Amino acid sequence: MTSTSDKLTVRVWRGAADGEFRAYDVPRLPSQTVLDVVTHIQRAIDPNLSYRFACRVGMCGSCAMSVNGVARWTCRTHVDKVVDGNGELELGPLRNLPVIKDLVCDMRSFFDKWASARGYFHPTRNRTDDLERISPTSRARKRADAGVECIGCGVCYSSCDVVSWRPDYLGPAALNRAWTLINDVRDGGRAERIAAVAGDSGCHACHTHISCTERCPKGISPTASIAGLKRATALAALKGEL
Amino acid sequence: MNAGRDTYLWLAQRISAMILGIFVLAHLITILYVMRDNLSAADILSRTQGNVALMLFYGLFVLAVSVHAPIGLRAVLAEWFGLAGKAVDWSLLVLALMLAAWGFRAVWGVFVA
Repeated sequence: MTSTSDKLTVRVWRGAADGEFRAYDVPRLPSQTVLDVVTHIQRAIDPNLSYRFACRVGMCGSCAMSVNGVARWTCRTHVDKVVDGNGELELGPLRNLPVIKDLVCDMRSFFDKWASARGYFHPTRNRTDDLERISPTSRARKRADAGVECIGCGVCYSSCDVVSWRPDYLGPAALNRAWTLINDVRDGGRAERIAAVAGDSGCHACHTHISCTERCPKGISPTASIAGLKRATALAALKGEL
Repeated sequence: MNAGRDTYLWLAQRISAMILGIFVLAHLITILYVMRDNLSAADILSRTQGNVALMLFYGLFVLAVSVHAPIGLRAVLAEWFGLAGKAVDWSLLVLALMLAAWGFRAVWGVFVA
């Protein structure tokens, strides 16, 4: 990798809820990711900067931040794609989550809502039973597969206006997870999950703005999952199951 | 959160929206069409009085508005002003009844001779 003489001006949020953007000059390199930029600042300029990362290859979902106002996974975001016309970057913590320090958010409410949406598998068999045979081409499995690759990065949650308007709204990721489980024929928690995701804090609060789908780095459509939940909960209500 | 009630409210709003989507269009087209020749109030009343089909059309229109508007307002109050709860729900139920009463009164007013 050869370095260029170009410099990148990066404004980074410093502090918690009360804080300010501080500017840093970072050398511009070919194939440089936003996470590379943050790592350079911490290792070469300001070791006090706090941020999260783990895998660096788009699997763990821990490095999401606001890049020029848009939530993104920073390890797979090339600087070339997001730098503005003046050669500047603005990096901040994810929206809709409390800021702990600098680029680090408190993710508890995000993951607690997965639990509230019954976003966990409810087994119906034990280790002595045969394996469930599931056709990969079945309608339910295709629906589950469409949403199952979520890495829990929080980009959708941060991009969702309804989350900012309704603090108790479960959010796109939790509802997407619930939809994948509702379509998992091995799962036994359907009735409780349908009840958990219906209502003003659940799928019915979604305005179909599609920001979550637009921003999801994994190409998942939580909007489609939420639409599925709306249909499933409406049917359950009409059958008197809610 | 009341999952069953909220889901029924959502369904009611979606169904009323479907009705309104068609009815508002029919209403606007009718107004634009019949007003080409500057109809007088008396001309209009002569067409509406005793017209059962028109009464049923606007009766359903009023019903859809009475259902749709308060539920939409409920979301606006919750999301823009953080107002939610029993007091808000009861107030909106009163609003729904008032909309229905005013609307049906108007429909009846142009129906009876």
